Amino acid sequence: MSAAKRVTDIGPPHYEKFLPEVIKKNYGKWAYHEIPRPGVLKHVAESGDVLYSVRAGTPRILNIKSIRLFADLADKYSGGHLRFTSRNNVEFLVTDESKIEPLIAELKAAGYPVGGTGNAISAIVHTQGWVHCHSAATDASGVVKSLMDELFPHFENMDLPAKLRIAFACCLNMCGAVHCSDIAILGVHTKVPTIDHANLPKMCEIPTLVASCPTGAIRPATVDGAQSIHIEEHLCMYCGNCFTVCPAVKINNAKTDGLSIWVGGKVSNARTEPKFSKLVIPYLPNNPPRWPEVVQAVKHLVEVYAANARKYERMSEWVERIGWPRFFKLTGLPFTKYHIDDFRHAGETYKRSAQLKH
Amino acid sequence: MSDNAKHPTPLLDELEKGPWPSFVKELKKSAEKPVIQDLLGQLERSYNEKIGHWKHGGIVGVMGYGGGVIGRYSDLPDEFPNIAHFHTMRVNQPAGWFYTSDVLRKICDIWEAHGSGITNMHGSTGDIILLGTSTPELEPTFAELTEAGFDLGGSGSDMRTPSACCGPARCEWACYDTLAACYDFTQQYQDELHRPAFPYKYKLKFAGCPNDCVASVARADMSFIGTWKDDIQVNQDEVRKYASSGKVDIQKDVCDLCPTRCMSWDGKELAIDNSECVKCMHCINVLPKALKPGKERGCTILIGAKAPIIGGALLSSVFVPFIEMEPPYSDIKELIEAIWDLWAEHGKNRERVGEFIQRVGLGNFLEQIGLEPVPEMIAHPRTNPYIFFEEELHEQA
Repeated sequence: MSAAKRVTDIGPPHYEKFLPEVIKKNYGKWAYHEIPRPGVLKHVAESGDVLYSVRAGTPRILNIKSIRLFADLADKYSGGHLRFTSRNNVEFLVTDESKIEPLIAELKAAGYPVGGTGNAISAIVHTQGWVHCHSAATDASGVVKSLMDELFPHFENMDLPAKLRIAFACCLNMCGAVHCSDIAILGVHTKVPTIDHANLPKMCEIPTLVASCPTGAIRPATVDGAQSIHIEEHLCMYCGNCFTVCPAVKINNAKTDGLSIWVGGKVSNARTEPKFSKLVIPYLPNNPPRWPEVVQAVKHLVEVYAANARKYERMSEWVERIGWPRFFKLTGLPFTKYHIDDFRHAGETYKRSAQLKH
Repeated sequence: MSDNAKHPTPLLDELEKGPWPSFVKELKKSAEKPVIQDLLGQLERSYNEKIGHWKHGGIVGVMGYGGGVIGRYSDLPDEFPNIAHFHTMRVNQPAGWFYTSDVLRKICDIWEAHGSGITNMHGSTGDIILLGTSTPELEPTFAELTEAGFDLGGSGSDMRTPSACCGPARCEWACYDTLAACYDFTQQYQDELHRPAFPYKYKLKFAGCPNDCVASVARADMSFIGTWKDDIQVNQDEVRKYASSGKVDIQKDVCDLCPTRCMSWDGKELAIDNSECVKCMHCINVLPKALKPGKERGCTILIGAKAPIIGGALLSSVFVPFIEMEPPYSDIKELIEAIWDLWAEHGKNRERVGEFIQRVGLGNFLEQIGLEPVPEMIAHPRTNPYIFFEEELHEQA
């Protein structure tokens, strides 16, 4: 079957095939939207047509049995139409208002809660972790599950000053792009990699390996008469990029890998410009299956933010208003030398004025 | 359930509890499958040992493609033989992630026949991720996917699968047709998507407005962020209704939070000095019934975002301050191809275009691409006097 008519480069199917009639009819002609209740968006078209999107959280890892369940629910409640969001939520595109309540009930009964809209914590964007990645310093799904269990009321309610976006990445490659989130959790390595000199020349290209190091810590070297590398330990900041290009340089370390916490990034242009997340906790232990230290730290940050930020203030806007010294005071987090940048252009992050609150 | 499984999973079982949907439950829905039993077994071992057990990807794929499949192998193949190979297939999603129940079932059927039955909906770049199959299953899976109208996405040093927000399909703020653009560029560059020929990855993301729901400014080498040039459309009746509803304090919640303070409210009319507006979206976000982006719409193209590896994280920076987004997008394609030509020739191995621009200098980059420098591209002019003057300076003088 496959050999006879092998086709390539057809690209994705055209999206129009999957749009419901109400969208085809009102494409580009939506007038406004409201959030009548958490997890439900109501879009009203210029024509007066109404579309309800019922948003449910998923764990990102989905069994095909669950996708089939979503398909069945879509047939029953939304004319077979559904979509997914950029944060791994599933949205059912409902036109009949009377179907919202029973759809929500069925989703909840099946274990998929409805929420994540408006000033809420939506699903945590995350990476593969130990489920499927070779460079993970920690698991992703397990930390995310533990966090969302604890933060769950903020998914189902819209009770925060503004939206709060959390992201998780299990190493510095940041497949989860955590560098611009309100709160980011990032898996970190903390020790210089070990080198398998016996296998390195067989497995890796030494010039590529040398070039992979952002700080120039890797130098070509002859070890026991064979070509290999040497690592200048004082220059290594454990990013793991050498491991990415060469499996014989081993970065994963069960004893010392851990997690760091960052806050105050955003991607939207609303009010303030997009910005990076900043380090607030350099290292927490890697403690499966529930990562209690990480969960408590994030929960604490959410609580301090919720109690102190003004309406519409994202995490970054709140911190910028009060200033970093007050942030560390309010949160009680220790400020250490690790919080001070020492990579390229680090000086741009130093405070260069006497404008301080005393 | 774990009592019947091949490998006990007491640590993972803990993650079946609690209100948030459980990935362990998702895996255990197929607990009868040997591949899932081994996946759970190896994962439990990682939870015990605090270390991963996957090896680097080898080079695997489908015939004629250099991307779309991520090779993955267990480093404990004797203990967990059913995940000795556990490759990922990236399947290019429909723009905006819209589906029908029928097409989702079709994908499920294919993945039931040829893989683990485990997916991500979706991966970070936007693809449908089919998680876990063996090398001999790749070609048959690909054949059935293409028969169903789907194709693989990108991986490695190629154009990665473009993605788009829901755009005009379901959003009143879309300043251009993100779905049409995403589909068009994806189809135009199928060769670049499937056959890695660049120094490193190149991501395109299409966001319909400056709220940037696909995080293009943080994650795309080329970010297309919808915007407008003329005046914000105002329905004063609706502004007054918001004010009288008591839910919004127009002065405090809207005017005072405008970054350029270009709005004023006298209790009856909301006045906007549109020449000062920076299109941040705050007022429109707060008053969706009353305010809309203007009518002269298009996008701002920004370039060069990336995560930290290698030279540090970057946000995209302004490349084209405003351009209309109309098919066939010829000017933009010309620009993209000029960037690819230059970067492919002079970029270092694994150097993203944002890092390349920093190395050669944005000024030089623009000159090579054939774009005029404009002040919208910078936060401020240079503050250091180390200027590489060129001969033309005197010739022109």
